Amino acid sequence: MILRLDQIGPGLEDKVGGKALSLARLQQSGFKLPKAVCLPTGVYLDFLEQSGLKGKLFLELGRKRFADMRWEEIWDISLRIRSLFLRTPLPSALEVDLAQGLAAEFAERPVAVRSSAPGEDAARTSFAGLHDSYLNIEGGGSILEKVRLVWASLWSDRALLYRRELGLDPAKSAMAVVIQEILAGDSSGVAFSQNPLDPNQAVVEAVHGLNQGLVDGSVQPDRWIMRRQSGELLSHTPATREKAVMPVEGGVELRPLDQKLAGKAPIDQDQVHQVFTLNLKAEQLFGAPQDMEWTWGNNALHVLQSRNITSQADQDQDDSRIKYLGLTRSLENLRQLRQEINQELIPGMAEEARALAALNLAGLSDTQLAEEIERRQAIYGQWEAEYWRCCIPFAHGMRLFGQVYNDRLKPRDPYQFMRLLAGAGLISTVRNQNLQELTAMLRRDSDLKCLVEEGELPSPDHPFSRALAAFTGQYAGGAWAGEQLDMSAPQIARLALRLSRMEPAGPSQEESGVPELETAFFDAFPPEQMEQARELLQIGRDSYALRDNDNMYIGRVQGELLAAQAEGRKRLQHAMGERTPSLSGSQIVAALRGGTLDASGDEPDAPSRSQGAFRLMARQLVGQPAGQGVAVGKARVVLNSQDLFSFQAGEVLICDAVDPNMTFVVPLASAVVERRGGMLIHGAIIAREYGLPCVTGVPQVTELVKTGEMVTVDGHLGLVIVGPNRLEPA
Amino acid sequence: VRWEPIAPEPEPAGLRQSLHNLLDRQRLGVLSSVAGEQPYASLVAIAASPDLSRIYFATSRSTRKYANLEANPRAAMLIDNRSNQARDFRQAMAATATGRVEELTPGAEAAFGQFFTAKHPYLDDFISAPSTAKFCLRVKTYFVVNRFQNVMELHVDLKS
Repeated sequence: MILRLDQIGPGLEDKVGGKALSLARLQQSGFKLPKAVCLPTGVYLDFLEQSGLKGKLFLELGRKRFADMRWEEIWDISLRIRSLFLRTPLPSALEVDLAQGLAAEFAERPVAVRSSAPGEDAARTSFAGLHDSYLNIEGGGSILEKVRLVWASLWSDRALLYRRELGLDPAKSAMAVVIQEILAGDSSGVAFSQNPLDPNQAVVEAVHGLNQGLVDGSVQPDRWIMRRQSGELLSHTPATREKAVMPVEGGVELRPLDQKLAGKAPIDQDQVHQVFTLNLKAEQLFGAPQDMEWTWGNNALHVLQSRNITSQADQDQDDSRIKYLGLTRSLENLRQLRQEINQELIPGMAEEARALAALNLAGLSDTQLAEEIERRQAIYGQWEAEYWRCCIPFAHGMRLFGQVYNDRLKPRDPYQFMRLLAGAGLISTVRNQNLQELTAMLRRDSDLKCLVEEGELPSPDHPFSRALAAFTGQYAGGAWAGEQLDMSAPQIARLALRLSRMEPAGPSQEESGVPELETAFFDAFPPEQMEQARELLQIGRDSYALRDNDNMYIGRVQGELLAAQAEGRKRLQHAMGERTPSLSGSQIVAALRGGTLDASGDEPDAPSRSQGAFRLMARQLVGQPAGQGVAVGKARVVLNSQDLFSFQAGEVLICDAVDPNMTFVVPLASAVVERRGGMLIHGAIIAREYGLPCVTGVPQVTELVKTGEMVTVDGHLGLVIVGPNRLEPA
Repeated sequence: VRWEPIAPEPEPAGLRQSLHNLLDRQRLGVLSSVAGEQPYASLVAIAASPDLSRIYFATSRSTRKYANLEANPRAAMLIDNRSNQARDFRQAMAATATGRVEELTPGAEAAFGQFFTAKHPYLDDFISAPSTAKFCLRVKTYFVVNRFQNVMELHVDLKS
């Protein structure tokens, strides 16, 4: 069950993975390396089979086609699977065997637990860095917990996305694990027997302490370039030596480097030459240029691992691997993003929208209007780029918090962490509260209600009219579904009227028990890590709120672009008649300038629900459970603002992608269903705020369900059931 | 390389083709008939017409299912491709056909021979026995389940 390196030979790659195989070859060829063993893929597969996890993995993967999943959905799957691995104990016989075997090999000496997935380092499928490694782990129980996490990393979002890009089926993947004694070297590094930038050169890089910091980029290395042929030293670029990764109890830590070491290169020239020579020897052994990790400890040079350098032909593939590696954001990076969003982006977008709204479009000539549309297009494009650069990555704050929360507390519900994030000042929920205040005025004053029911509004100085004007003043201008939403006073009054006929909402059940959860979270950290825990929670909360709020701000900028286009359409209406609604922005600009255009504006055919002599009907659609509870109601498929403002109390909101700009109808809804998938998307967030059943990630739901059909939304199981349960007799 | 590309999977748009493949490949189905208030299930050999509007099967006239169908022609048939492995929860597909059965009269057996006998040539003695009744289930609706809980309905609109 546990293979020592001398038991691993050629032909076992499928069982032990590339990393273990190359370590075995190095050791068998006389290289000095720290003691290591391998848990082959069979142990992983036994664990899946005996624990029942295998069936659960199939259920997770079975919900929809892997190729159709959005990144958010893959992240969700990954979160749930990681939680399953954390919560599923090793079957006791397996655990006893492994613990005894590992104790015999390592006793209580610290080890590194590393992934060695078959195919991981193979030429065409470089998984380098995509799976997890854990350093400085002591004792059987701790090692086995990390082994489960390394296994789970086969299912991390980045590893899953990378497999999808390569067309690999995750259900057929397996993971071997290498457990290697930690040699607390005085200095460590990497070496390339061939410089990827110049085939005549070789490179040695070194840092003080462990080389984790070099590999993940947090410690800058000293670098030496040599001539490959002769070993002649061509250059030495010293680093600003400030930090080093050192072993601490239960892991490693980045620490400031002491003054004496900071003034000294991690290795001397003779040592550089020894690393270079060893690297070339490895190249001869493997028959290809090598990327080698090494450490200098106990007065001797040790190899930690060696693999083929990724060839030029694999660069493209490497680019996408690096792209997926970028999915993980450090706390430092998130901190910077938050500052930029709060201090620059949000005030900038708000100011931009205000300035644009102040311009009187009706006063422009056609040519000026054409120019204004183009100017607004460019402005919106710039803000959209900023949104993608900062706001989308900042959403990782929630994910980072979620992962830390789950790793520490191993909750049964892997989304329990969301309860700690909710209620953190979303503009959309404040807007909805303001709307509820209008609603309360209608409930209290039956004369006022009668007046509004007749389509009238009271005089402008009536408290209701003033509150209504304040509401439309504050929230008008947002965009959704390619239109600037009509948040006029009569429109909002009708909405408030519909809300006033519903039972006043009680407090959401989400709010109860939050202080207890917060205490449990902080209790899971030792005192010296408390500050970090607090910051993580704050980043998570800010990320949760900003994810919603930044959409509101960019929605206003987009709304002003759409307003200018709408003005153009209005002017073209008499010349072009019916076609104008389908004109694109650039067509409007061309027509305003007096140019001719091909305004065929073909509308795509609505997807047919008929297949030959069969009528296709959805009966039960599967998505992700994203809000607990069950609700039955008439479907309202909301595709545009007309659908939105037709929304009636008690209907089920069925939507392609919920956006905070349109969630003022959510308090009317009995449930929320969204085509787009994920637990941390707007539909799921707003449904949680209101305690509504919610299912997300239902493929083609807006085509398969029609407005008016009765639907049952099962938010526990993630099901949308269409039609009555009674079967018509044949 | 041990990794295999992911096979394409059925989509709502390709559902009819998937259903066709299922009925074509599966030799057996589970027939549900009713005895008064009591449902009754039996495994039978099946063959479907290419337009999927009919599913043919046969049974001895002395069986319970024959008696049930004679008394009440309403029936359902379950056809699935499960392999009794964990992967079924991701990959298996099942179709429940509902409708009415009719016993084929000696003059109306051409289609039966064309589809059923061609699919199950080893059943020739069983089919030709004088005590065997040949049936056709005229399908009104297929309820197609895949991915464990995804359910679509295909309503057969053929007038024939």
